[in-house]
Amino acid sequence: MSETHAQTVPFVRDTMLPPADPPVREAGTVRWLRQNLFSGPLNTVLTVLGVLIVWFLVSHFWDWFAHSVWNAGSLAECRRIIAETWGEGARGACWAVIRERWNQYVFGFYPVELYWRPTMTFGLLFVALAPVLFSESAAIRRVVLGIATVLTLWLMVTLNAPALWLVFAAAVLIGALLISERRPAWLLVFSVLYPLMGVWFLWGGSAWGPAMVLVGPALGWLAWRLVGRVSGLLATVAALVVPLVWWTLFAGDAARDAESLVSLSIPAVASDRFGGFLLSITIGVSGIAMSLPLGIVLALARRSDMVLVKTLAVMFIEFIRGVPLIALLFVASLLLNYFLPPGTTFDIILRVIIMVTLFSAAYMAEVIRGGLAALPRGQYEAADALGLDYWKAQRLIVLPQALKISIPGIVSTFIGMFKDTTLVTFVGLYDPLKSMSDAVRASTSWKGIYWEPYIFVGFIFFLICFGMSRYSMYLERRLARDHR
Amino acid sequence: MTDVTASANPPFRPGMLIHDRRYRSMTFQVIVFILVMALLWWLVSNTVRNLDALGKDFNFGFLWQRAGYDIPQTPIPYTSSDTHFRAAVVGLLNTLIVSILGCIAATVVGIVAGVARLSRNWLIARLMTVYVEAFRNVPLLLWILIVFAIFTEIMPPPNAFRGDNATAGMILFDNVALTNRYTAIPTLAMANDPGSLDLGARITFNWATIAFVVVLVGGWFVRRMIGAWAQRVQDQTGSRPTTWWMSLAVMTLPSLLLIWYFGLSLVPPTLKGFNFTGGINVQNGLVALWLALTLYTGAFIAEIVRAGILAISRGQSEAAFALGLRPGRTMSLVILPQALRVIIPPLISQYLNLTKNSSLAIAVGYMDIKGTLGGTTLNQTGRELEAILLMMGVYLVLSLIISGGMNLFNARVKLKER
Repeated sequence: MSETHAQTVPFVRDTMLPPADPPVREAGTVRWLRQNLFSGPLNTVLTVLGVLIVWFLVSHFWDWFAHSVWNAGSLAECRRIIAETWGEGARGACWAVIRERWNQYVFGFYPVELYWRPTMTFGLLFVALAPVLFSESAAIRRVVLGIATVLTLWLMVTLNAPALWLVFAAAVLIGALLISERRPAWLLVFSVLYPLMGVWFLWGGSAWGPAMVLVGPALGWLAWRLVGRVSGLLATVAALVVPLVWWTLFAGDAARDAESLVSLSIPAVASDRFGGFLLSITIGVSGIAMSLPLGIVLALARRSDMVLVKTLAVMFIEFIRGVPLIALLFVASLLLNYFLPPGTTFDIILRVIIMVTLFSAAYMAEVIRGGLAALPRGQYEAADALGLDYWKAQRLIVLPQALKISIPGIVSTFIGMFKDTTLVTFVGLYDPLKSMSDAVRASTSWKGIYWEPYIFVGFIFFLICFGMSRYSMYLERRLARDHR
Repeated sequence: MTDVTASANPPFRPGMLIHDRRYRSMTFQVIVFILVMALLWWLVSNTVRNLDALGKDFNFGFLWQRAGYDIPQTPIPYTSSDTHFRAAVVGLLNTLIVSILGCIAATVVGIVAGVARLSRNWLIARLMTVYVEAFRNVPLLLWILIVFAIFTEIMPPPNAFRGDNATAGMILFDNVALTNRYTAIPTLAMANDPGSLDLGARITFNWATIAFVVVLVGGWFVRRMIGAWAQRVQDQTGSRPTTWWMSLAVMTLPSLLLIWYFGLSLVPPTLKGFNFTGGINVQNGLVALWLALTLYTGAFIAEIVRAGILAISRGQSEAAFALGLRPGRTMSLVILPQALRVIIPPLISQYLNLTKNSSLAIAVGYMDIKGTLGGTTLNQTGRELEAILLMMGVYLVLSLIISGGMNLFNARVKLKER
């Protein structure tokens, strides 16, 4: 060993070489381009194809967008402005139609002097939603409620809302902001009351109607407490039957009598004045709020051990899922008069809401059933082992986990339902997409305008639906309890 | 001991119907049954009273009356003097045509977009994301109206194709003309027409069509037999014979022979006067509906395909490579069977959705079953109850057939747990 090393000159480097720059091809933009766009012949071809597609889209639509006109009274005026500014033969978008018909797109034919009512209802919706949607983050709640407060009050002032209602809205919104800091769960009371309040604000009329509806559950609770001393089961039956009896037999008369004693009325607005996004959002929000509980009940029924309950649930779900929504909407508009006692007429929007709810509840039930099936058997067995009865096991162990698993499906059902609200155009309601655009085109000044209304409505729908899907991703992240 | 038996089988008391878990579900079901029956009875008795009050009855006799309206596009011969029943059948066939074409095209679009969205090419992946999000988050009705408006507003009228300096040109090697009234596509002509099989009721099938179907189905079975034979040889000898050329020959040669025998040729549409003749003039309603349904459902299928591919862990393909399988066989033997298991159930519901969404045909005036039975027939006869119930029944049967068929397929590809 030593002999071989005897001749070698020892060399030890005592200074480090400065690190060399990576080769140009392996650094910065070039590297990114090579990896992501030109990593092989196929990839290069695809990139060229993609560039061609982008170029095609840009070259066809860019000048149209760039030549947008926002201020004009008619399509002819729009075209004149475009021709004057960019020369003969130039194409351009005429967004002036959106500007001029904005109110119609948002409120339909709602009376102009009452625009503040839907606006306030929409603003208060966020108060009702805040404790449900953002129950864990006070910061997000603060931001959402803050923005809702400022915007709602500002819009109400702009729309000339009466001072009394302005004070009411301000009290609710600012009160909600304060309460959500300390006791966010208390806001749930408002969430429960909101549907009735919303109906009253939108349709107007006497406040005694919704109030008498509210008396039903109160009576039910009273009956439950009173009968509860005798027998638990009888109490449940009484709690269900008493409100039903109240609503069907007494509530209407009671509301009329109360109204004649003390009048609590605001101007009524008929359903045919509703339209545009007001209609879409009304149908969408009510459908969403009602289809989730109904879907849960249907899913539990379908997984029930009771043969009859299960069969009925399967029949209902498969029937609804087997027919198109349009057919159900036609049932609502044409056939419901046959199925109800002679002389019964009730509101077309309400009928549509019921049908949309039933429709999405069937889909919801399947989504939730998937979540229930995905839950490991051990969870059910553990609940049984703890001695929980059926409802407690469902409420405390099974449903929270199953619903968490099915969030993406639930939200895509919501999105699908909101998109489907446009189909109400076929039963004669003024949805923003088809009926409203047709109505705009029917006027002489906007005859022949196609793309701008469609693009505008599509963009709003995209914003809302995309927002919902992003929210579902946020919710999934927030509720993730495993794989940490 | 006696105590135990006594408590295990106590004498029956009425209170146990409520408090004993064994009987409680029975009680509950009986109550539910009574309530549901009462509801049904209420609905039916209301209907009977309402029909009485209106002086109407409930019968389907109107189906055999003269329809008296025209349908622009009829897969089977139909004139306005035919019955409402025949009009409904024409509508049903139109529904089936757009649904089947839509399902096929949407599957192709969806697979391409889904795979492309997973591509390592940055630009293509982004483009596909934009496509998927744009189509999934906007109502289908909007896409149908926009595509239809593109056809009616932007496409040139047929006479723009006329003359030496025509302002519009045909596409796809002068075979297809997109006009604002219809889309003219080529038709097939036969030199040796073998005649038609008459099924009665003016429904005919050309023998050539039947021959092609038989040859294709037969070829598919022979191909499967070749595959089985190759498998047997592989099991016995260890080496798999090359079969791709046999399969290709079996699938294509008979068809080519038939094309030669019948003298099949493509006849492109030509402009005569103000209209295209010679080819088939497809209503723009059908084309717009088909395109919109394809693109819309394709976006959903793309997400399903993407999820299916992502659901297969990398370990699976690595294990297949470790076993020495080549990439093609890794895909067909390892990845695809597992991905299909994830993909097929949601794919079925997309096919169902597409079929049901085809009822939006009323937005573009395409006469599907909603347009005939649930539209013009309903308005002419005033039989809302019968027409809508019948239409819902038809859709229900269609859905059950699709989901039944696809469930059979699903049962074949799903994981066999032993």
